[in-house]
Amino acid sequence: MKVLVPIKRVVDYNVKIRVKPDQTGVDLANVKMSMNPFDEIGVEEAIRLKEKGVVTEIIAVSVGPKETQETIRTALAMGADRGILVIAPADVEPISVAKILAGIAKAEAPQLIILGKQAIDDDCNQTGQMLAQLLGWAQGTFASKVVIDGGKAEVTREVDGGLQTVKLALPAIVTTDLRLNEPRYASLPNIMKAKKKPIDEKTPQDYGVDPAPRLKVLKVSEPAKRKGGVKVKTVEELVEKLKNEAGVI
Amino acid sequence: MAVLLIAEHDNTSLKDSTAKTVAAAIALGGPVDVLVAGQNAKGVAEAAAKLAGVSKVLLADDAQYANQLAETMSALIIELAGKYDAVVSPASVSGKNFMPRVAAGLDVAQVSEVVSVDAPDTFTRPIYAGNAMQQVQVPAGSKKVLTVRPTAFKAVEATGSAAIETIGAARNPGTSEFVKDEIAKSERPELAGARVVVSGGRGMQSGDNFHLLEKVADRLKAAVGASRAAVDAGFVPNDYQVGQTGKVVAPELYIAVGISGAIQHLAGMKDSKVIVAINKDEEAPIFQVADYGLVADLFKAVPELDEELKKKGY
Repeated sequence: MKVLVPIKRVVDYNVKIRVKPDQTGVDLANVKMSMNPFDEIGVEEAIRLKEKGVVTEIIAVSVGPKETQETIRTALAMGADRGILVIAPADVEPISVAKILAGIAKAEAPQLIILGKQAIDDDCNQTGQMLAQLLGWAQGTFASKVVIDGGKAEVTREVDGGLQTVKLALPAIVTTDLRLNEPRYASLPNIMKAKKKPIDEKTPQDYGVDPAPRLKVLKVSEPAKRKGGVKVKTVEELVEKLKNEAGVI
Repeated sequence: MAVLLIAEHDNTSLKDSTAKTVAAAIALGGPVDVLVAGQNAKGVAEAAAKLAGVSKVLLADDAQYANQLAETMSALIIELAGKYDAVVSPASVSGKNFMPRVAAGLDVAQVSEVVSVDAPDTFTRPIYAGNAMQQVQVPAGSKKVLTVRPTAFKAVEATGSAAIETIGAARNPGTSEFVKDEIAKSERPELAGARVVVSGGRGMQSGDNFHLLEKVADRLKAAVGASRAAVDAGFVPNDYQVGQTGKVVAPELYIAVGISGAIQHLAGMKDSKVIVAINKDEEAPIFQVADYGLVADLFKAVPELDEELKKKGY
């Protein structure tokens, strides 16, 4: 079975971002970029399925600028077999990314597509579900466990107050949540090997998709700051203040 | 602008998030119809009909909606959407699951996690875990598909009396089936709607130590939450997580224990009315947002808090 793992190049998880003074966006100059953490979990899950003998080939796919090559190389170093890079601006919206991925899915015919549940830059949480709709497939979002058996995917999902398990006909879409697995680090020999793995370059037009944004971003601003309050010295003082000053207990 | 709002419920009760989302829908400036899709959910439809500002409730009562799977929900909503200018749902686990399918089915971009309706076509939403706010405009003539962060809106009152119209089910795509729910049984309120939340972070050191928080939580009838660090460390399940990638809460009182205050956590709780921080590191960023800070070892302070509350009759 072939698996597609779409990945996104985003500002590294540990970077404290800065809003540009002219409010046109977030300053990305000289900022460390990495693979979206939820997508790393997706790559790891695909590799584990391959190690179990369920999966035969893993294709890492990304939509983004030329530098996104590096992100795909990371996936290849972790254990993906080959890559596809669709060269496009960095701000392609989820609906357009989903359309490009749908085009790739039609060409590659995977049985499973594993995506991160959301990207930590735009926080949209849309692409996987949109892709599922475009392909007419079932989806198991926010997955904490995936079992492939008898032509079906049994996906355990993180929902309010606990877990929900659904059974999906294959091919299907899975989006990852934090507890699905802990991604591995690529070893040095595997990083060297990844340099020889192939990455195909494509354009959105190859899949008949216009990547121009539909939403107009009017401005990007700093969030309202919350002011700190007072320090209390003892637990007694805290309880007294919560009861009599704040009136919340 | 006619708005279709998707109710959040569990077939028995209508979630408060629906009443809050109605407030956002009204700001779009048109009649608001509420869709209740479920099984044996007539009571939910009746509750939705009482929400002020609702014109009509559509009730789709069918076995295929019992668990509100994304595949069947989106098929129904897409079929209904033709008559509406906007489709709106709370940005709950359920809404996040089916709404992007609706947007893709209608071939439009979705605006996720709206925290303010600035104009009927202009919305503000957090990006980068709440480190920046993005204001976007939906192009003229395009249907709007929005998920709304309920904690950012004030619930409408239950003073209305809209008509309830029963509608048929859409064709079930038949690609998915429900297997089971494993919902932790708890006497405590749900995290998302609790009046008081007590959360623990990496400073708790282990999952077992969360019982210290549970004792305090039970005295205050509070929900128990956690930071992502505590979830990552395996102390508690993921559904405890408060933060940009977990749950967003805005209780009357939020007590953060052993939580340093990573941006991603602050994004999930900074709209709380009163924030208390208990941390032994006085430089912890959590103190910058806390109304009341106590610099102390939590293993000493939390049992003391429990005792003090007990003394005061909680």
